[in-house]
Amino acid sequence: MDHHKLGAPIIVIKGVEKRFGETVVLREIDMVVHRGETVCIIGPSGSGKSTLLRCINALAPINKGSILVDGVEVNDPKLDKLAVRRKVGIVFQQYNLFPHKTALQNVMMAPVTVLKQDPREVEARARALLKRVRLEDKAGSYPGELSGGQQQRVAIARSLAMNPLVILFDEVTAALDPETKKEVLVTIRELAADGMTCILVTHEMAFAREIADTVYFTDGGVIVESGPPSQIFQAPQNPRTRAFLDLVL
Amino acid sequence: MFETKLTARGVAIAFAAAAFVAAVSLAHAETASPAAASILSLVVKWLPLIFTGFLLNLLVSVLSMAIGTVAGVPLGLAQIARHRVVQRCASAVTQFTRNAPWLVLLFLTMFLLPFQFRLFGQSIPFPAWIKAVIGLAIPVMGNVSEIVRGGVLSIPRAQWESAESLAFSPTQTVFKIILPQALKRMLPPWMNLYAILAMATPLIAIVGVQDGLTDVRGALVAENRTDLLLPLYATLLAMFFIYCYPIAMATRALERRAEVKF
Repeated sequence: MDHHKLGAPIIVIKGVEKRFGETVVLREIDMVVHRGETVCIIGPSGSGKSTLLRCINALAPINKGSILVDGVEVNDPKLDKLAVRRKVGIVFQQYNLFPHKTALQNVMMAPVTVLKQDPREVEARARALLKRVRLEDKAGSYPGELSGGQQQRVAIARSLAMNPLVILFDEVTAALDPETKKEVLVTIRELAADGMTCILVTHEMAFAREIADTVYFTDGGVIVESGPPSQIFQAPQNPRTRAFLDLVL
Repeated sequence: MFETKLTARGVAIAFAAAAFVAAVSLAHAETASPAAASILSLVVKWLPLIFTGFLLNLLVSVLSMAIGTVAGVPLGLAQIARHRVVQRCASAVTQFTRNAPWLVLLFLTMFLLPFQFRLFGQSIPFPAWIKAVIGLAIPVMGNVSEIVRGGVLSIPRAQWESAESLAFSPTQTVFKIILPQALKRMLPPWMNLYAILAMATPLIAIVGVQDGLTDVRGALVAENRTDLLLPLYATLLAMFFIYCYPIAMATRALERRAEVKF
């Protein structure tokens, strides 16, 4: 568990509140993520973890506060959402690959369609990315022909193809069986080791403990406690953190 | 594989239809003795004319379908637009054109559209059959609009989100991600709609277009023989059946394939 040196802040979240109608899902959220940092968000289901990720990616608007992504305010009504999404990749629990496209096409599509990059150059990069997630031989396969773990790795490659500053992982192993789960975790570990800024919402406590630079424990829409994994897992300060960890560890 | 089975079945049905016409004719031959032998030859005599009229039915059906589809696809997309006014208007037009009797729409277009129009100082005739094409294209448009709306909505929300998160614009999402997937689901109901439209085309006879049905009635008037009534109508019926049945079978095959896929 080595903590590589962290760079400048890349995501700065201040006083964020998010409501669905009357229900407050996130309250007074503060978080700073630095370049190259690996952040894990843990906590019981329904504590607003996934919602927070969706707010960072401008998929869900926030009601109060500020989210700066690389200096751009996500809560600005005049915001070019597409500009933020080019910087922030997200990988979903259910992979959400495009079923009518092959693995290679899934990876190539956004750079070619959205960024208007040269398809030949993108294809070379996409093949390299598939190789990086160990799926170079599945380039021509459709998502329906791939296992869950393979699909999830294609989804990671697809996200990487946009050259994002940060990747959000939304419970990406929750739908996988233990074996395929491992493949995906290995891929994420390598990404983090390569210096990619990652924010993970996860229920994999052992994994969070291993790769995180900072762990946030959320419950009931608030950040209860945060700190290095050694503190959160071995010496939690808050009784709620302790109660949660007693249940899951 | 299903294609060979389909043609074999189609041929079998065609024979069955022909046998039915023949049987009906012969049954009449038994009762109406002296002129009886000539019934089959009379059917054969009028066959080319009825078939020519039938071809007009097909032409009208193809053109109506084409126009209705070209107009219905954007209308269907407008039905799911985020812009409230656009969405409401598109839904209203769709509901109105879908839920009006085809024959009434046909009459409306017949009387609303001029029989000729002027272009560059020249008057160009606007024949009745073209007006009929437009009249039938209107309900097709409404139905295609609903097929498109349903097809698009059947694609999981997660696909939109996935595309959005990759910075696809809404237009790019619709045309590159959603519609290509929805197409497979929209094809069977679209083909079904076409078969229904093809079978509804004899409605144009009522508004004065000389189609297959008009020709059958013309032949009956010319021969003035009641024993020809059944054989001639059965001939036209067989033509429609032979045309529409394979479409219905192909639709079913596609539906089955779609079921396996999803």
